[in-house]
Amino acid sequence: MSNLIMIALGSALVSNVVLSQFLGLCPFLGVSKKTETAAGMGAAIIFVITLASLVAAVLYKFVLDPLGLDYLKTIVFILVIAALVQFVEMFLKKAMPSLYEALGVYLPLITTNCAVLGVALNNVQASYNIIESVVNGFATALGFTIAIIILAGIREKIEYNDVPQPFQGMPIVLVTAGLMAIAFCGFSGLL
Amino acid sequence: MNKSLERLYNGIVKENPTLVLMLGMCPTLAVTTSAINGLGMGLTTTVVLALSNMIISLLRRIIPDRVRIPAFIVIIASFVTIVELLLEGFIPALYSALGLYIPLIVVNCIILGRAESYAYKNPVIPSFFDGLGMGLGFTMSLTMIGLLRELIGAGEIFGFHVMPSGYEPVRIFVMAPGAFFVLACLVAIQNKIKIEGEKKGKDMSKVGSGCSHDCMACGEAGCSARKFYDDTASVKAAEKEAVATEDQKAEEEVNANE
Repeated sequence: MSNLIMIALGSALVSNVVLSQFLGLCPFLGVSKKTETAAGMGAAIIFVITLASLVAAVLYKFVLDPLGLDYLKTIVFILVIAALVQFVEMFLKKAMPSLYEALGVYLPLITTNCAVLGVALNNVQASYNIIESVVNGFATALGFTIAIIILAGIREKIEYNDVPQPFQGMPIVLVTAGLMAIAFCGFSGLL
Repeated sequence: MNKSLERLYNGIVKENPTLVLMLGMCPTLAVTTSAINGLGMGLTTTVVLALSNMIISLLRRIIPDRVRIPAFIVIIASFVTIVELLLEGFIPALYSALGLYIPLIVVNCIILGRAESYAYKNPVIPSFFDGLGMGLGFTMSLTMIGLLRELIGAGEIFGFHVMPSGYEPVRIFVMAPGAFFVLACLVAIQNKIKIEGEKKGKDMSKVGSGCSHDCMACGEAGCSARKFYDDTASVKAAEKEAVATEDQKAEEEVNANE
């Protein structure tokens, strides 16, 4: 149990997926204008990454590893994840329209997000078992959500500030992200 | 031959993927802690990009339009796996330095973007050179960023001490936050150039059209906004609907005015 908590803390805060590993940077910068959309994106990411790490871990443990097909993991994972996202989107559209309303627009954005593939590959590299993989996936996505909501909150405030013209738009957001990354460095003493 | 040279020039200078198009930002930030890592990552991507462009161009008449994105992904992922195994076998130091970011070349927007926007529509040789040029442009900018971060953050260039002994390295530049600051400055310089260029009336629409601006509004090929199966038909239907409602609104306005 303490092992799982360590994994969760480690991937949610200490080595935060965007701020220290730079995975999933596109949605982090692209969908963080408003807090609500950021929260929606975060929820969609949590949903997809947790599901994808479960599927990838099961597939690795019961198919790829026993057959000695370890080297195919990149190809298999990316295809499975991409297909999974599409499938989830179709399923939600039919079965849970309200949830689809909330997450639907964000799902296609995550199809080939590097964070999803990164977590799946990371789980294999760290030789986590299935439960550990799911916990790691969930915690990583939670770390992403925390970071994107904080960034969105700051961006809403930046709107009212007088930023030098060349720094308007992306550069000031990147500076903000850099300062957040420094703050998150403080968590490294946690483990 | 001229066409090939033109593709090389286009990739390295005119449409440099990192500095002009702003694509593939995740690896750019993550692996540029030193010049040598940037160079290694750039060359690895170049190999994958050139070869996958070539194969996709060869197969462009065979791949059905609807499933082209998954087909591209399989081709790219195969090359990434080959390159990964070769690196593990022959350059283990680089392999361990780049780690997780080698398999993640698969989801680099540059590769899928070039496959979709160039290789799928053009003959083999220009496609190969297009990949090579883009890859070399990527390598160049990655090495430059790596050089800068290594110089400021560790006082070294390619591992050799160059700064005077009194220089206190700014460690933050080789750590994660430094990457964001360096990129922020690069984009700011690019914005400056863009603003100046627009003042002089030049066409600057290509500059900075990467996916780092607004995901929700982005239809860029190779971006994560891409659907796995191409839903061109449904997109077109949605567009038609939008146009139709606009027409309706205009009509209503006209009626109201009357």
